[in-house]
Amino acid sequence: MPLRMAEAKISLDGVRHVARLARLALDAQEEAKLQHDLSSILEYVEKLTELELSGVEPTAQVGDAGTPMRDDVVTNEPAADAVLANAPAREGFWFKVPKIIE
Amino acid sequence: MAISDAYEAVIGLEVHTQLLTRSKIFCGCANEFGAAPNHNVCPVCMGMPGVLPVFNRRVLELTIRVGLATHSQISERSIFARKNYFYPDLPKGYQISQYERPLCVGGYIELPTGNGAPRRIQLARIHLEEDAGKNIHRPTASLVDFNRSGTPLLEIVSEPELRSAEEATAYLRELRSILRYLEVSDGNMEEGSFRCDANVSVRPCGATELGAKTEIKNLNSFKFVEKAIKHEIERQTAVLKAGGKIMQETHLWDPERGETRPMRSKEYAHDYRYFPEPDLPELYVPPELVEQIRAQAPEVPAARRARYARDLSLSAYEIDVLTQEREVGDYFEAMVAAGIETKAAANWTMTEVLRASNESTETFSNAVPPPAQTAALLKLVAQNEISLNAAKTAFAAMCKSGQDAATTVKALGLAQVSDEATISQVCDQVLSAEADKVAQFHAGREKLFGFFVGQVVKAMKGNANPKVVNEVLKRKLAMAGRPSPSDLPSSGA
Ligand SMILES: [Zn+2]
Repeated sequence: MPLRMAEAKISLDGVRHVARLARLALDAQEEAKLQHDLSSILEYVEKLTELELSGVEPTAQVGDAGTPMRDDVVTNEPAADAVLANAPAREGFWFKVPKIIE
Repeated sequence: MAISDAYEAVIGLEVHTQLLTRSKIFCGCANEFGAAPNHNVCPVCMGMPGVLPVFNRRVLELTIRVGLATHSQISERSIFARKNYFYPDLPKGYQISQYERPLCVGGYIELPTGNGAPRRIQLARIHLEEDAGKNIHRPTASLVDFNRSGTPLLEIVSEPELRSAEEATAYLRELRSILRYLEVSDGNMEEGSFRCDANVSVRPCGATELGAKTEIKNLNSFKFVEKAIKHEIERQTAVLKAGGKIMQETHLWDPERGETRPMRSKEYAHDYRYFPEPDLPELYVPPELVEQIRAQAPEVPAARRARYARDLSLSAYEIDVLTQEREVGDYFEAMVAAGIETKAAANWTMTEVLRASNESTETFSNAVPPPAQTAALLKLVAQNEISLNAAKTAFAAMCKSGQDAATTVKALGLAQVSDEATISQVCDQVLSAEADKVAQFHAGREKLFGFFVGQVVKAMKGNANPKVVNEVLKRKLAMAGRPSPSDLPSSGA
């Protein structure tokens, strides 16, 4: 079902922007589909605004445990060959990747 | 320094410093410089799917130490965030960093200003993040080493309160000094354990709004920081004076050309889509941990400067030199504690000790003798047992041999002769060998006295006590100069 622009929570340009940030190449059809899907997600999240939340502190996590901490000790042994075993290409102990152009 | 009458510079610095921990921030891989590529890595710091980061407690302790030393407020509840971008040195496609609720906020650093009140520079925030890996570039490929990936980084962000390239450099020096005093970082700019990005803008003097800024990267020495900022201030001022506009962009400092140039278009670079890191629950900072670290906090450079200024009669310059490095100040203080007079200990530390340590490739404590031995050497000078020059020779030898002061002085035959009989004998020899000059002296060329002293000291290989030589020579010349018939010139003139 085609989406009327008035309903869209995200513009096509917005879709292209996040697609580029995520390194996704989309054709026009995919862009339209994502616009629809993202809009419905945003619409769903917007439901939260119906709640009275002015007295609730912003929170990033549920649960109250706090992050666990470890002692500052080295526990890992070097295993460079195992690490590089699945690399498409290596040079010595380095990962070899297509040339990075700044 | 006024760059122009009409414009002023506004500079903020972002410093990234590597923390001196044994292991990485979220995994048990070693945090060390110089290992073979990809030897200190594991699934966590390689960004393999399904792994979970676990926070290193030591990282929190070191951060609190820096927070307290910079008068920051330590957040009781802090959170980590994901900073999303793609680059081959970032295996997860995001960096764990902090965005909202950083660990420290609202601190400041005070810069010494000679004899005036210190200049206070406010900090925006201090937060934690993980470092990325390292790339090297070959003609047809790039190579990636993840040893540095996941090592703990502290980012210290100043408010844009710095007003010149010189002030920015002074701020950096002070910050580096603080981090080294706290033993939190080694502050090595060349090796990348202390890195600086500069945000620079200019605006008409008196304006309160900030102009568009450029961010300068790749500043890996104090000299480059100062040069790059100077260059950027001049460039922006020229653009504005010509009626142009400053583009908000990222520049790279090119040390070979001595100029900054814009990086290729980065219009998407600053869209990092930060969001709270779901793999790490909130970080609770126990108040008792903060109090424990506060109780054990080492003295910071500013406190040491204030203490020296209050308790010791030293110039602002001397205080500055003695307090820049903690171990140099410790050395000076140990000498004073061993009974060396303040000024003598300061002079010796600032000249001989710093020279020996600068000329050596060793660490400071390996490059110079223990302060007790240097104090023992200076006591020999105070007791006239060796000359100051002999002490310098002995000190240089002690730096290399590691032997104590007494042994060195003896081995090098540097003991100063104060014995009057010995000195008197040498004086007699010199005066009889230089009879014609003695006559000239008595005829009024009194400057020759110095020559006689020099000859005696030379004959004694520099080891004569100059005070005794002076006294003996004066006495002998006075006696020889007493008028007697035979001394009178044969022809009146
Ligand atoms: Zn690891």
